Amino acid sequence: MIVFLVSLFMVVQYYVPLDSWAWMYQYLIDWTIIIGVFALLLGIWSLWRVNFNKIKQRAENWEYAVITLAGLLIMMIVGFVPGWGNLNNYVYEHFFYYILVPIQATMFSLLAFFISSAAFRAFRARSLLATLLLFAGLVIMIRFVPMGQVSSYISDLSGWILRVPNLAAKRAIIIGIGLGAIATAFKIMFGIERAYLGRD
Amino acid sequence: MNIFDKMVALDRRWVFLFLFVVVALAYFLRNHFTVDIVTTREVRSIYNFVENLEPGDKLLISFDYDPSSLAELHPMSRAIITQCYKRKVKVIGVTLSQYGAGMVEEIFREIGDVAEQEYGREIVYGEDYCFIGYRPYPAFVILGMGENFRVFFPRDYYDTPLDDLPIMKGVKNYDDVKAVLAITSGTTADFWVIYGNARYNMPLALGVTGVMATDYYPYLGNALFGLIGGWKGAAEYEKLVGRPDKATAGMPAQVAAHLTIVLFIVIGNIGYLLSRKTKKKLG
Repeated sequence: MIVFLVSLFMVVQYYVPLDSWAWMYQYLIDWTIIIGVFALLLGIWSLWRVNFNKIKQRAENWEYAVITLAGLLIMMIVGFVPGWGNLNNYVYEHFFYYILVPIQATMFSLLAFFISSAAFRAFRARSLLATLLLFAGLVIMIRFVPMGQVSSYISDLSGWILRVPNLAAKRAIIIGIGLGAIATAFKIMFGIERAYLGRD
Repeated sequence: MNIFDKMVALDRRWVFLFLFVVVALAYFLRNHFTVDIVTTREVRSIYNFVENLEPGDKLLISFDYDPSSLAELHPMSRAIITQCYKRKVKVIGVTLSQYGAGMVEEIFREIGDVAEQEYGREIVYGEDYCFIGYRPYPAFVILGMGENFRVFFPRDYYDTPLDDLPIMKGVKNYDDVKAVLAITSGTTADFWVIYGNARYNMPLALGVTGVMATDYYPYLGNALFGLIGGWKGAAEYEKLVGRPDKATAGMPAQVAAHLTIVLFIVIGNIGYLLSRKTKKKLG
């Protein structure tokens, strides 16, 4: 009933330009922060429980669970100590810039190697469709290579690929997803879909 | 196994090694060859938009990326903020990424120093720019800011009430800023299009990573008035601003990496076609 009423309000308010409705809309959006805090606590609890059990049972690769929990605890302590929880603090700043930033940057950099290997193996002219994909892929890839005047011809061609065939396919996908989302929303609204309550 | 079969079945570790060597060489020898950067329409439209703003106009810039895409997106953030400071356009900064706050602080501080040195103008927090901070759940934050910035951000990142900041006087929601520039590396870009532009109809431009760029071309000219894609887009913006920086410096490595990938694709296809031909001949 709560889900039905709230979702009905959220749908209807979109079409009702009244201040009182706008106030109610703002109020409901405000709730998301409160609900979000609980979701965050649940997430931390879940992370703790999964990793703690792994350590307790000496499961495979349990050593990584120790590092995960140590990271969680250290960052929480540093964040909660008064005056430490911002980037003007030496400890917090160093953890951020010298641990988190390089780790994430390294992970993302590896993508270049995987993309090159995947492109080498997947882009093969096996059939007409595969050849078209290969051609489009190459043009779009070269688009990101600045090569002076050649770039502007490639840019025109890739612009056409992106604006015409790509746009048509994307629109079809977006409309399909949109219709699917509306159908799912109605199913949740009317209580047909209850997976979010932990039921099938 | 003949030579063509070997070309097709080349071990991926050779690809990795070759790419690494090429990129490293291109980076270290970057000062020995220049790359001619031609600016594209979608990048120019953002630059021209900012150029045509009056001093004192306000822009909302959302820095929605993690350190993982810092190398690609930080240069475009730098270039845009530099242009804003140069044009005396006021910047309201926000982040919808949990790791964003540190990077936003750093970038404002850094470009503030640059502006003071290069334009001889002191950049004052609260007047020339402000940073309202981070809130989780980007879709809701985007919707909330469309009603009133104060719904999710009653105070800025440094705990000052928004109403006490001169830059925020008379700024209630998207209607009071000239445009929103979202520099983003994830699904937040979709949220800006769906919940920001579609609902509140504010002018929106995106700065995204290279791999994401193609996904947002369909929105150009409709939901988006401009798009900066990856390192190359950032290099184009640096060229327009007239201040070549890290993206421009990285272009030789980018050219080398892309051409290497193209080369491997060509080798793979030559190998595949010739190997197929040989097999047909042999029956």
